[in-house]
Amino acid sequence: MSHHAIALNVNGKSYERTVEARITLADFLRDALGLTGTHLGCEHGVCGACTVLVDGHTARACLMFAVQANGREVTTVEGLAADGMLNPLQQAFQDNHGLQCGFCTPGMLMTLTEFLRDHRDPSEADVRAALTGNLCRCTGYAGIVAAALDAARRLRQEG
Amino acid sequence: MGVRQFGARVKRLEDPALLMGAGRFVDDVKLADALFACFVRSPHAHARICAIDAAPALALPGVHAVFTADDLPEPMRSERIPNLMTNPAIKVMRTQHALARQEVCYVGEAVAVVVAANRHVAEDAAALVAVDYDVLPAVADCRDAIKSGAPRAHSDIEDNIAAVVRMEYGDVDAAFAAAPHVFAETFWLHRGGGMAMETRAVAARHDAPGDLLTVWSSTQTPHLGRRMLADLTGRHLEQIRMIAPDVGGGFGPKAPFYAEEAVIPAVALRLGRPVKWFEDRREHFLSATQERDQHFDVAIAVDHDGKILGVRGTLLHDTGAFMPWGIIMPYIAAVTIPGPYVVPAYRLACTVAITNKVPTTPVRGAGRPQAVFVMERLMDRVAREFGLDRAEVRRRNLIQPEQMPYAVGLIFRDGMPLVYHGGDYPRSQAAAIERARYDNFCQRQARARELGRYLGIGLANYVEGTGLGPFEGVTVRVLPNGKVLVATGATNQGQGQRTALSQIVADRIGCRLDDVVMTMGDTAAISQGVGAFASRQAVHAGSSALLAGNAVREKIVALAALTLGVPESEIDLADGEAIARGGNRPRLSFGELARLAQGTAGVSFAAGQAPGLEHTAYFTAPQASYCNGTHIVEVEVDVFTGGVTLVNYTVAHDSGTIINPLIVDGQVQGGVAHGIGNALFEWMKYDENAQPLTTTFADYLLPVATDVPTCQLTHIETPNPLNPLGVKGAGEGGTIPAPAAIVSAIEDALKPFGVRFAEAPLTPERIVATLRAAGAYEQLG
Repeated sequence: MSHHAIALNVNGKSYERTVEARITLADFLRDALGLTGTHLGCEHGVCGACTVLVDGHTARACLMFAVQANGREVTTVEGLAADGMLNPLQQAFQDNHGLQCGFCTPGMLMTLTEFLRDHRDPSEADVRAALTGNLCRCTGYAGIVAAALDAARRLRQEG
Repeated sequence: MGVRQFGARVKRLEDPALLMGAGRFVDDVKLADALFACFVRSPHAHARICAIDAAPALALPGVHAVFTADDLPEPMRSERIPNLMTNPAIKVMRTQHALARQEVCYVGEAVAVVVAANRHVAEDAAALVAVDYDVLPAVADCRDAIKSGAPRAHSDIEDNIAAVVRMEYGDVDAAFAAAPHVFAETFWLHRGGGMAMETRAVAARHDAPGDLLTVWSSTQTPHLGRRMLADLTGRHLEQIRMIAPDVGGGFGPKAPFYAEEAVIPAVALRLGRPVKWFEDRREHFLSATQERDQHFDVAIAVDHDGKILGVRGTLLHDTGAFMPWGIIMPYIAAVTIPGPYVVPAYRLACTVAITNKVPTTPVRGAGRPQAVFVMERLMDRVAREFGLDRAEVRRRNLIQPEQMPYAVGLIFRDGMPLVYHGGDYPRSQAAAIERARYDNFCQRQARARELGRYLGIGLANYVEGTGLGPFEGVTVRVLPNGKVLVATGATNQGQGQRTALSQIVADRIGCRLDDVVMTMGDTAAISQGVGAFASRQAVHAGSSALLAGNAVREKIVALAALTLGVPESEIDLADGEAIARGGNRPRLSFGELARLAQGTAGVSFAAGQAPGLEHTAYFTAPQASYCNGTHIVEVEVDVFTGGVTLVNYTVAHDSGTIINPLIVDGQVQGGVAHGIGNALFEWMKYDENAQPLTTTFADYLLPVATDVPTCQLTHIETPNPLNPLGVKGAGEGGTIPAPAAIVSAIEDALKPFGVRFAEAPLTPERIVATLRAAGAYEQLG
């Protein structure tokens, strides 16, 4: 199995590591960097729990090799809160009961981070469509949808 | 006393860590020097194991060991996993070996385990373990399994029948003989999974200096797991600590004790190294328990007004290859059928068949969704035959509030008579009908039909046995730093127990919510525990929290009064302080009091003083509790694609007194989503050789955000007299009536074509095929 040197930025911090070619970005984040907030729910690209941002775009960290992240900027759920304070989206999740077991939550947050950046005033239908790539077994989605709409309002108010 | 927390919409204390990626699930537990395991699983539904050659796997660099059954410690090596649920009706009790010996009986049964430096190498090596199988005939369908001459699912069980049990009361045959109307139906509810987003995971470490085996497991029942592991390893209970840290969803399949929970600790003990195993999703489809395959042949007898005279029939339950949770699901189904209705006579003859499929144990609802489907579809049938509105037929048969407490005439799963205490079933149905605008639905339906659109409405009532025993304990202890520790055997897979129990304790002893420190899911926290299933934790742990909180409150007040020299009646507790009402309001913090309660080494306590500000309560409910509710769903069916859109979903729900409406709303909504999956999507497909065909989320569909509407919820709070909080349990009620209501609505939408449905799930394929068979497309031109 070949090994490769990679350099990438994760949550604003630079890392240089040598990785086996077959290591996924998700395993790299969890095992090599200790960023265990990125969760693995299916490891075949359907559930969306492992969603991260790569250069600002959502990606399934279970379907991407760590070597493919070479030279890129990755944002994980650990990169959302500043100074231990929940960001508006995270706060909206707590306020609207957008999570129960919390396992799918990191992926939900990353999907919605991208979505709300690109859609400042989404409808409920827009939000639901945006979430179809993320499975949640606990909530029945109602709290997540409410949280996304609430976060959009807060973000608009913040300007 | 500060703001009352009980009953308030308190934001969850669990959330901040989970939202910041700081949750700690089993696979997040970092263990220095850990090895990683991968199981070798049977590719055959039924086969004899002739030989296992581990040499090619052991030759792979990074592989530390390969274990087969013979390498396990006694009694795990030769004994089967202990049986958790006995029942005299069980003819053949069969649980599996931790690692299969001689014979495998379902695809996915664990045969060997490979331990390597990392998960990747372990998986590579598992593929190199050569198992020589002699393939045997398998039985996939329980209806085939009970036929004479069927292949044996286990080579030493003659007829594939695990149990035969009859539930009955009244003279049902006389009722049928005298009845003016009898209607018969055949129903089938299909199996699915719990499909928690976190798969199973186990990590184990043996600390030689203290001879303590610590096991982290993604389980709903760590105390039970510890007991099983003690039985299987011969260790003392106190030499095992089992921890369920953050658990990413449970829904039932994480309640039983699994082979992997035995094997991983055994391997860690043997190798003297920590070992971790994290199940992948395919494995989860192959080896985590499933539920719901039940076939019913039933008939209902009614009088001239559509009032029920009796219900009788048969139930055939597919238990899969083993029965780790006994025959609980058919048992519960059988006693749940009468539900909220006056059913004067009843008999259900249940047969439990063994097949070569994944074993079954409760999945959210546990036999109740099937039972409610049967009874509600029978009510729909009566309505149709009489030309009555479906709500009216139900109204005529509902148990009236003045009939409470109502003894059904059966023995429930808790071993006690099935007696409903409280609940107002007509009010529940009326509330849902009003909220759903049921009464003028026919106008909406007619307008839509004019536009070529097919709307339908369905309703379903249910009664759900919850709060099963025997107990759950809570310790409340004031710590010297002023924090209040709450320790419990209750576990959390997302239900918000930490928040709910904190609310109860904070109110009782007068502290801030964020001063409550919670230890749950850890056998080291409290000596006895049961765990999460049967919507039981609010009843048992909640009540224990109340009782322990009250006891600690008394101790704090007594000590503060003694210390401050005032009568106990003059002491108030608020925000973590005991304050004397008089004078200049002298006060003592809980931290100071906790230190005082420890005394000074060597110095005698004053009269009346007692050590420690703590108390452990083990509440035991006298019997199960019974929730009830009504679901009404409005659907639109696309007759050409078979696609079903849920336009509106209304729930009236009585789970007793509500501790936290935010959490209960979430439980009900989430439960409904699971029921929607069972009604429309989730199809665990096996071929005729019992090979599972749906082993990814691309094949086995879970509902997504566009499939699940936000429900209109009406909470009816009839306090439960069986516990001091008045709670009943809210974890499963959302799921239970959903398939019945949805299938009824689909049938209603397709009424112009006269199609009938007697099963769930109704996939688009099934709907189109039924329409085609009914000539619908010719009719549509």
